[in-house]
Amino acid sequence: MSAATVFGLCAAALVGLGLFGVLVDPHPLRKIVAFNLLGGGVFLIFGITARRGAAAGFASDPVPQALVITGIVVAFAATALAAALVLRLVDETGRVTLRSAGSGGGPSNDAHS
Amino acid sequence: MPSAAIVPAMTTAGGYLLVFAVILPVAGVLLSVLLGGRYAERIAIVVMPFGLAIAVAITAGVWHSGNVLQYVVGAWEPPLGVAFRADGLSVAMVMTAALLVPAIGWFARGQFATPPATQSRAATTFWTLLLAVWAALNAVFLGADLFNLYVAIEFLTFAAVPLVSLDGRPDTLTAALRYLLFSLLGSVFYLLGTVLLYGAYGTLDILLLASRVRMDPTAWIALSLMTGGLLAKSALYPLHLWLPPAHAGAPAPASAVLSGLVVKAPFFLVLRLWFDVMPGVSDRTAAQLLGVLAATAVLFGSVLALRQARLKLLVAYSTVAQIGYLFLIVPLSANSQIGHPWGNSAWTGGMLQAVSHAFAKAAMFMAAGLVAEALGHDRIAGLAGIGRALPITMFAFALGGMSLMGLPPSGGFVAKAMLLTAAVGEGQWWWAVVVLVGGLLAGGYVFLVLARSLAAPEEPLTLRAPVPRSRQLLALAVALIAVLLGFAPLRPSQLLLIGRPEAAALGVQ
Repeated sequence: MSAATVFGLCAAALVGLGLFGVLVDPHPLRKIVAFNLLGGGVFLIFGITARRGAAAGFASDPVPQALVITGIVVAFAATALAAALVLRLVDETGRVTLRSAGSGGGPSNDAHS
Repeated sequence: MPSAAIVPAMTTAGGYLLVFAVILPVAGVLLSVLLGGRYAERIAIVVMPFGLAIAVAITAGVWHSGNVLQYVVGAWEPPLGVAFRADGLSVAMVMTAALLVPAIGWFARGQFATPPATQSRAATTFWTLLLAVWAALNAVFLGADLFNLYVAIEFLTFAAVPLVSLDGRPDTLTAALRYLLFSLLGSVFYLLGTVLLYGAYGTLDILLLASRVRMDPTAWIALSLMTGGLLAKSALYPLHLWLPPAHAGAPAPASAVLSGLVVKAPFFLVLRLWFDVMPGVSDRTAAQLLGVLAATAVLFGSVLALRQARLKLLVAYSTVAQIGYLFLIVPLSANSQIGHPWGNSAWTGGMLQAVSHAFAKAAMFMAAGLVAEALGHDRIAGLAGIGRALPITMFAFALGGMSLMGLPPSGGFVAKAMLLTAAVGEGQWWWAVVVLVGGLLAGGYVFLVLARSLAAPEEPLTLRAPVPRSRQLLALAVALIAVLLGFAPLRPSQLLLIGRPEAAALGVQ
């Protein structure tokens, strides 16, 4: 099994774990952590893509590396914004949950929120 | 054959305008953050006319040359460099944003004006974010590199999410957080698709990619991932759950920006992907599947709008329905070449729907905001008498609603008529039924509001706060633009096709 395949499987596992966490975990903070896991998996795929350049005689393709740095910055900003919203939510209500906006129910819940 | 049609990878005359369209609002944002406080409003008000002038100049440039404007950043040519490109499609959306953002800004002065004595953080934040949304929208509409578009759409999310929770109440904070989570999940999928495309084809430039992309599993998976992610961002059924609480909970000017403009950006990227990047990859089944989601959105969103007890939620659910109309473009023109008259009319009709919905929905949210300010609530059951107290506001609401239900001569009428023509002409009559039933349901929920507001109140209506005439007239002016769009469909449809034949030729090869 080549290094690229191992890394590819790792990336797939990270994406799967992260996706599961974002969708299933009810706690916003854990959703944010799961989102970062998911993002990490995608960034790893960027790293694997960078090895494409190696076939052409380069040590690696620099473009995906440049992209992944930007991606990390964006994910960092997203995490900061989400954490700030969660903090503010705790300040206002003293609890951390997404339930109040009708996340568990259908449209009729929304109408009363 | 197609190689001659590829736009040369160089900056065209007037290409620098595209960069200014992004840089100017960003400069405004940075200055607002730096100077802070009460300066934010003044900076925004100063930036707006210049932004509008740049948009007009870009439109004129594309219109007169009949070709795309392009700027190659740092003279690094794609595939290594990043380009900005304005075709007919971009121009239509850039112009819409350039007209709506200043209108919403003037409207917001009544609500977020910052007198020197009382500085409010919400006001400063609103003005800064309004400019940030504008910059991000222009970056999305003008971007020609898929990764650059990822950054632009994330920038848009970061600017749009705090707009939802400007008042800092717990339920709007929850709505903002859910919006952010939906949006982030969507952009991760978009990013995953982007890296797959880069890995397979070695470029992210839209035109270069269009010439290299083949019908293979990589392109399929990438297209599905990216489309799915963008659907979550544009709130197409069944990924619409975040939209109603977010759009209804935001202050009225913010709702107008979010519902009128922000949800159009991911939709715009879906069009780019399906028709510019991979015209040959998307097949009939996938397009029909997207059409089914769109049709469900139209019917489901309209029925839910009818059942709402609060005016702003009604308008928000109607956005869910109207987004559905936009995505009907995909099944109606995915199989047509661009020269085909039916595909053409679906294309023009869909874009006209995007633009006229932007104006109509902004006007309706402005009107709903004024009603809520005047009454202190926005329960539809308690609207009796408001039609007499705020006639201009309710007239604006009615005109916006007219465009939503597709009554002549509004822009919405021409848009829906074109979608109908395309559906019948393509032999896909089932979409025509959806367009017609959706129009009837829209008529229902608009009439519901108007009938309540024109009813005689049980006790004389006392307004909690006086509503300035200038703000009412602004809402009316925006609604009038939505109606007047119905008178100008033919010339702009040529504009929409500028820069399109190249991509079509590449897809057909």
